Amino acid sequence: MRRDFLDPYSRLDSPIHRLGAGTKLGTALGLVVLVLVVPTSRPVALAAVAAALVAIAVCSRVPWRFLAGRVLMLEPLVLGVAGLALLQPGGWRLFLFLLARSTLCLGTMVLLSNTTPFEDLLRVMKAAHMPALLVTTLSLLYRYLFVLVDEAGRMKRARASRTFTRRRAWAWHTGASVVSQLFIRSSERAERIHAAMCARGWR
Amino acid sequence: MHIPDGFLDARTAVATGALAAAGLGIALRQARVHLPPRRVPLLGVTAAFVFAAQMVNFPVAGGTSGHLIGAVLAAALLGPSAAVVVVSSVLIVQCLMFADGGLSALGANILNMGVLGTVGGWAIYHGVSRVVRGLFGRVLAATFAAWCSTVLASIACAGELAVSGTVAWRLVLPAMAGVHALIGLGEGVITALVLAGIARTRPELLEPDAAIEPRTSVAAVAAYGAVIAMTLALFASPLASRWPDGLDRTAEALGFGEKAAPPVLNAPIPGYEMPGIGGDALATALAGGTGTLVVLALSWLVARVLVPRARVDDPPGAVGEP
Repeated sequence: MRRDFLDPYSRLDSPIHRLGAGTKLGTALGLVVLVLVVPTSRPVALAAVAAALVAIAVCSRVPWRFLAGRVLMLEPLVLGVAGLALLQPGGWRLFLFLLARSTLCLGTMVLLSNTTPFEDLLRVMKAAHMPALLVTTLSLLYRYLFVLVDEAGRMKRARASRTFTRRRAWAWHTGASVVSQLFIRSSERAERIHAAMCARGWR
Repeated sequence: MHIPDGFLDARTAVATGALAAAGLGIALRQARVHLPPRRVPLLGVTAAFVFAAQMVNFPVAGGTSGHLIGAVLAAALLGPSAAVVVVSSVLIVQCLMFADGGLSALGANILNMGVLGTVGGWAIYHGVSRVVRGLFGRVLAATFAAWCSTVLASIACAGELAVSGTVAWRLVLPAMAGVHALIGLGEGVITALVLAGIARTRPELLEPDAAIEPRTSVAAVAAYGAVIAMTLALFASPLASRWPDGLDRTAEALGFGEKAAPPVLNAPIPGYEMPGIGGDALATALAGGTGTLVVLALSWLVARVLVPRARVDDPPGAVGEP
């Protein structure tokens, strides 16, 4: 099963990884809020947050290259919105400030997701009395995400090995077929999952 | 359309968070009432499906490609409340596991795509497929609703950015709505292709009884309506600020009014100025209305190509059967 595309380093062993998931979620939220309340006139405060993030990143032993790559991968979204600020009079300062702010928050969240396994976050949500149906849905989403991504990958590979055309319309047609078959297989899988859950004494 | 951290101010983040919690709360309640235990795993697996389906690329032009968003697809297949839970779960996992969409903007993202896009899209899907019957009607409705859902969510997103004072409304609205009017066309076509594909092999999955919530109660409609109306009043009010109504005052009473930025771009067609009504507001409304009608016509075309005429007159039970 391919599970390297989401949070490949969340199961490393380091002082940061050993911290409780609630602590890490709380710290991440705290850092994001801290970054957001820094006024435009005090960019120095952002440097302090950046230093803290670098310290956490070093302690967590998550490879630098990966962290930077992940942040850069998500940066276009930030640039897209921040770029609009450039069109306003005197937008340069605002643009740079928004860019720094969002990049710091992005770094925080990338660090959080790669130091905390999702099931630990789910446990925090359960302990915080989030609605049971939402927690169940999130855990099943996380559990079957990798299975379905694999399934979609197999279908894409099968399609690629049988269609020898680069025509765009055909690519859309076969792509949509993959998606609709994926839904049909998912709904059949959901029925099997329910049977398996009942067999193990669920409800 | 995932808003990253750092673009919303505290008030907007709190207001969108509260509205998103309300919308998601209604959806969870409705889903709990209607969902038989047999189908509880369906929500999670469908959410995983939406996530996986977003990784299937559709080539556009010059090496770029798009992907399905899936809000209207989920709503058409499962009903509105289950779809809200599904899309919101996908957004939560994207935020916490992939840093796609900010933590402080999670409420706004759930509100825009999970609540507004999904419930709004479903309402349009439901309305249109009631008028035009059969599989053809469902494909037409889904195509049109998918476009509307994408554009609606982008307008709310633009409003939130403008109200936060990040970018001027007059810049962000055309940029967001314009880009997403194009993205929405792709979303509409993919949704139509996927629905037609499901109808070819498992038509019973498209029957209204297959949805988790075949009938929406009046209370649920009222509750969703209240959340959507509040959202539009708070975040789309700059759009209507020239119009003499209560939206403007609501925004001002809540302290959002003074954030309305001065005009940066001039009205594209100043000749449309009418006494009492802002020229660009009218132009925007006209452009929006014309665009929507064009997309409705395009949806008709897409549905006609995917569902040939011969099938339209079939009784509903026989639709899509070989």
